[in-house]
Amino acid sequence: MRLTGAEITIQCLQEEGVEFVFGYPGGAVLYIYDALFNQDKVKHILVRHEQAALHAADAYARASGRTGVALVTSGPGVTNAVTGIATAYMDSIPMVIISGQVPTPAIGLDAFQEVDTVGITRPCVKHNFLVKHVDELASTIKKAFYVAASGPPGPVLVDIPKDVSQHIAEFVYPKSVSMRSYNPVTKGHSGQIKKAVQMLMEARRPMIYVGGGVILGNAAEQLTKLVRELGFPCTNTLMGLGAYPGTDPQFVGMLGMHGTYEANLAMQHCDVLLAVGARFDDRVIGNPQHFFSESRRIIHVDIDPSSISKRVRVDVPIVGNVADVLEEMQKLVNASSARPDATALKDWWKQIGEWRARDCLRYDRNSSLIKPQYVIEKLYEVTGGDAIVTSDVGQHQMWAAQYYKFDKPRRWLNSGGLGTMGFGLPAAMGAQMAFPEATVACVTGEASIQMCIQELSTCKQYHLPVKIINLNNRYLGMVRQWQQILHGNRYSESYMDALPDFVKLAESYGHVGVRIENPADVEPALREAFALKDRVVFMDFMTDQTENVFPMVKAGQGLTEMLLGAEDL
Amino acid sequence: MRHILSLLLENEAGALSRVAGLFSARGYNIESLTVAPTEDPTLSRMTIVTSGSEEVIEQITKQLNKLIDVVKVFDLNEGNHIERELMLVKVRAEGKDREELKRTADIFRGRIIDVTDRTYTIELTGPRDKLDAFLDAIDRSQILETVRTGASGIGRGEWVLRV
Repeated sequence: MRLTGAEITIQCLQEEGVEFVFGYPGGAVLYIYDALFNQDKVKHILVRHEQAALHAADAYARASGRTGVALVTSGPGVTNAVTGIATAYMDSIPMVIISGQVPTPAIGLDAFQEVDTVGITRPCVKHNFLVKHVDELASTIKKAFYVAASGPPGPVLVDIPKDVSQHIAEFVYPKSVSMRSYNPVTKGHSGQIKKAVQMLMEARRPMIYVGGGVILGNAAEQLTKLVRELGFPCTNTLMGLGAYPGTDPQFVGMLGMHGTYEANLAMQHCDVLLAVGARFDDRVIGNPQHFFSESRRIIHVDIDPSSISKRVRVDVPIVGNVADVLEEMQKLVNASSARPDATALKDWWKQIGEWRARDCLRYDRNSSLIKPQYVIEKLYEVTGGDAIVTSDVGQHQMWAAQYYKFDKPRRWLNSGGLGTMGFGLPAAMGAQMAFPEATVACVTGEASIQMCIQELSTCKQYHLPVKIINLNNRYLGMVRQWQQILHGNRYSESYMDALPDFVKLAESYGHVGVRIENPADVEPALREAFALKDRVVFMDFMTDQTENVFPMVKAGQGLTEMLLGAEDL
Repeated sequence: MRHILSLLLENEAGALSRVAGLFSARGYNIESLTVAPTEDPTLSRMTIVTSGSEEVIEQITKQLNKLIDVVKVFDLNEGNHIERELMLVKVRAEGKDREELKRTADIFRGRIIDVTDRTYTIELTGPRDKLDAFLDAIDRSQILETVRTGASGIGRGEWVLRV
């Protein structure tokens, strides 16, 4: 079959079973858009800014586990997309980005809308390709999908010059890919796994620390089974929320900079730590020297060898697919009669119980102002804990992570690694596309939401009834919090003046807008909004401006050096 | 500590920039980097001389392995290896200096590969410290230009790096 490069591109997407392409047309991709027009298998979602195309495709991938696809034009199309590509890269999200490029004879001549796309994106993609000849197009796209989804997943970009999309070639879609330079390890080392299980059985104060890798690796079920069998305490990172059920008694909450008192103390004082699909990030373990002031043995399971012993030296490294490694661990546990010392474990739980009793997530429930924590608690109740929740970045993100108890993986979508404001709304669109029947809530703030607010228009066009929970404190809340705590109350440029009337703004896009100013109105407003199944509802909650996120570990401090509330300031 | 890393990578446009970009993005040192295609024109062989603690070298190796274009990475410090570097030095060679420079070049097994009535161009091969020693042995003011390739390395005996 002889096809143009543009037709080949779309055929490849069809072969890969791609449902949706999130994108924005432009000069260099006109042939590809023409090929899209002539078919109806791959649906295109027209966003209002390329950054949103990337976030939507990214969240589609996070929610569904399938590879997200975005399509952008050359030059500014690509540079607008870079934030979204870097967001996906930091969180290891499988994505394929197709970008237009100026025609091959024009490359390097500073042509209109030319940028060195491969060069600009190189540090924030798993891999990228410039397709120089139409004959290489199909095999390159095949490779892109393979690389994006295998091993540690990540975004892969395919840059297609306009003439390549116009030229004709014989189309054959390769059935398989073989790359001598890319053979990701999947099976963990059996000897190491055995050693790990033995170490777990010897533990007196065990701890299980679970990151986003368990969600990406579809291993939540295996993890939950193993943790319950062992009876050990378990914490999830920000990226791991939902990997182990948030309502389970063995769950000690999220850990890290805004983790719970009990999770951070258990992390610090455990004697055997099993880290699964996590990477000992600076927001998770705080100051590494402080972390190592207590000795513990560490088992680290991850598919990415470079994540192991990067910030923290570990005793038993296991490189492999987390689901397979956990299954093998489970088998060894089942086959063995050895169990951890029950008395020691009981004492450990008693200790954790005492830490828990500090009730570190308490807040003032009698305030006449709307407490943001209260909004999230009510959101949890009203949605039955079963919504897909996206967030932007800042205080609202932390409150959502702390107060919405995620019991299932792929329900909590946020930019954990890059911390991209503007992620929430387009992410909600991507999640809603993946699951049209699901309840999707975007928890955001008045600053973040304005970074991609234009996507309210996309929501209208595609009937994506996402619910927006705007925790409006008229401040860049997290910036203000740091300025208060670390910069002597000098609120440099963190006040958000001249805010729009979000109710009218939502209405002008054809949506429903509500402003909520009293605590008593929070729950009724949420109930009413979520009852409007087919509408976007923008809920503008006027929250307490001075509320801070606690617990808090200041940057560079040890994990246990927590501020628990305003009284610690 | 100084390490000499040997890589096989796909001989593709951009492969070099991926490696160089990795070093600059993550703040790793590059003392020298050499690269050229091998007997198999689809593969390039690269030698990188870098330095860092064992942890840093381990991370460098892992990060290099993660690059899709990189086929294999070896740390030559892990075994016996040979290292050679080529240097071309153009020196001012006039009057009585001509004889002295010729003698010094001979002692270092260098060859004079270009001569004018006022200059010599000397070719010298060896490990880095030999080339350094030669430069120390001649009068600095005589040096007009030095061009060094950076080290290339290979394992000794049966230690072979191939796909």
